[in-house]
Amino acid sequence: MAEIRNYTLNFGPQHPAAHGVLRLVLELDGEVIQRADPHVGLLHRATEKLAETRTFLQTLPYMDRLDYVSMMCNEHAYCLAVEKLTGVDVPIRAQYIRVMFAEITRILNHLLWIGAHALDIGAMTMFLYAFREREDLMDCYEAVSGARMHAAYFRPGGVYRDLPDSMPQYVASKIRNAREIARLNENRQGSLLDFIEDFTNRFPAKVDEYETLLTDNRIWKQRTVGIGVVSPERALNLGFTGPMLRGSGIAWDLRKKQPYDVYDQVDFDVPVGVTGDCYDRYLVRIEEMRQSNRIIKQCIDWLRKNPGPVITDNHKVAPPSRESMKTNMEELIHHFKLFSEGMYVPPGEAYAAVEHPKGEFGIYLVSDGANKPYRLKIRAPGFPHLAALDEMARGHMIADAVAIIGTQDIVFGEIDR
Amino acid sequence: MASHKLEALQAAIELALGEKVTQSTLALDELTITCKAENLLEVATLLRDHEALAFTQCIDLCGVDYSAYREGLWDGQRYAVVYHLLSLEHNWRLRLRVFAPDDDFPLLPSVVDIWNAANWYEREAFDLYGIVFEGHPDLRRLLTDYGFVGHPFRKDFPVSGHVEMRYDPTQQRVIYQPVTIEPREIVPRIIREEKYGG
Repeated sequence: MAEIRNYTLNFGPQHPAAHGVLRLVLELDGEVIQRADPHVGLLHRATEKLAETRTFLQTLPYMDRLDYVSMMCNEHAYCLAVEKLTGVDVPIRAQYIRVMFAEITRILNHLLWIGAHALDIGAMTMFLYAFREREDLMDCYEAVSGARMHAAYFRPGGVYRDLPDSMPQYVASKIRNAREIARLNENRQGSLLDFIEDFTNRFPAKVDEYETLLTDNRIWKQRTVGIGVVSPERALNLGFTGPMLRGSGIAWDLRKKQPYDVYDQVDFDVPVGVTGDCYDRYLVRIEEMRQSNRIIKQCIDWLRKNPGPVITDNHKVAPPSRESMKTNMEELIHHFKLFSEGMYVPPGEAYAAVEHPKGEFGIYLVSDGANKPYRLKIRAPGFPHLAALDEMARGHMIADAVAIIGTQDIVFGEIDR
Repeated sequence: MASHKLEALQAAIELALGEKVTQSTLALDELTITCKAENLLEVATLLRDHEALAFTQCIDLCGVDYSAYREGLWDGQRYAVVYHLLSLEHNWRLRLRVFAPDDDFPLLPSVVDIWNAANWYEREAFDLYGIVFEGHPDLRRLLTDYGFVGHPFRKDFPVSGHVEMRYDPTQQRVIYQPVTIEPREIVPRIIREEKYGG
């Protein structure tokens, strides 16, 4: 009798469906996965160690580079942790701006997720559709912070600056004629808020469009229904959070249960799955996009009516305005001290968590009273999710491993840190 | 979280765990408890299974090296493992800190069987701090390179590391050599006295 041996397959690190640099060692029996062993750390940059050698403000831009598809949500958790330790109050307008941009970020993240996930399973069109809408949201990022991705916009004590009154516009070039430019600039005539509002009015129809392509699609259902099923008990024990937990039927959302900033002032629903398979998690995320859209609308309404400061006036934590810095000696000293030596954070420890698009993103900060963190631990939501890949993929076909990686919404910036 | 809720949690923990908790601190709306390494498994099981506590999720687990705390004024044990627990049922959080008794060979029992989520977190703490978890099913390095030597997050490990990698054209292969860059510090680390500058 011929000897039957399991076959070991090395998947990645350079594989388009590995979402970055995942090296997956798969032990196969025919085409059935017996064991999956993810090797991570190829993108390890020791952000936590670097933070120990940098001031509190210098650490902030590193947060953008963790989960590089939901930049501002990472900053949000870091800012909340620093604010908790220093005890500064954040102006209410800044809190609304943060919530609005956190939700814009959630849509950005879910759009990339749905594009990449669908592309992995074989639906090319989704990627193009999703990136069309992402472009508008990237423009919002750019208008407010000057950068399309690594914004460094949220600061301890508020946000870097108020929302701009005008949107940047396209200019004529060799490849675009005047009529085309006019069409592109049509919704950029007003302020940033007008532009975002125009987006929120368009967006629900776009989500319908994605759903027409996927929700009842026979191939999509064949690839996702009943794949990677996680029971609620297992999801809890494995440390799942966010859509992965809600897909398994547990209604847990930090925005509702432990609200931070002004999430207790806005109205939204938390979608919950039933079976805990890839398809339910897809439905949960689609509905989350619609709910985020709702939150953004409410924030726009509030922000239009209520002008005010957007960063704390405690100049030990946040810099004074440029104008007062140049006319007032005291403020000049504050400015100089803040950017040369940095802020001092009282000794202690704090853990601040936000409902990141992928799950619970937490920052555990230990300070010994210096101008640099003593220890910074980043609790990345993708980390326990990927750790559970072995359990989720076992007994599935090799093609389903790709669907499971997709549904986990893996980004290596945050897992390897 | 409201403070009366945390006080209720503190009381419930005292009732359930009693003497096993060596320290219990309420600060910044967070409750931190400390226990001895030999009691860890018992405490962890009770925290998860006791009805009044129900910490079903281990949200985070990380190592901390206290050797340089407040410029070396620390006189306790060097390594600690910090667990962040979450109870969905009661909607409260808890921080559990356990110091490893031996500084030269930090060893703690593994909580993988209690919270499966701890698996990779313990591998990470082992990799970065060299804390060994007894009873862990698969304690391999996680984040550092294959064949890496040392534990990079310890305070005595330089940020620049010890070795660097480059392509050597004469040997026509990639080689490791001692680092050629010097660690530099642009902004020095300072601890100011209280009320400095008003």
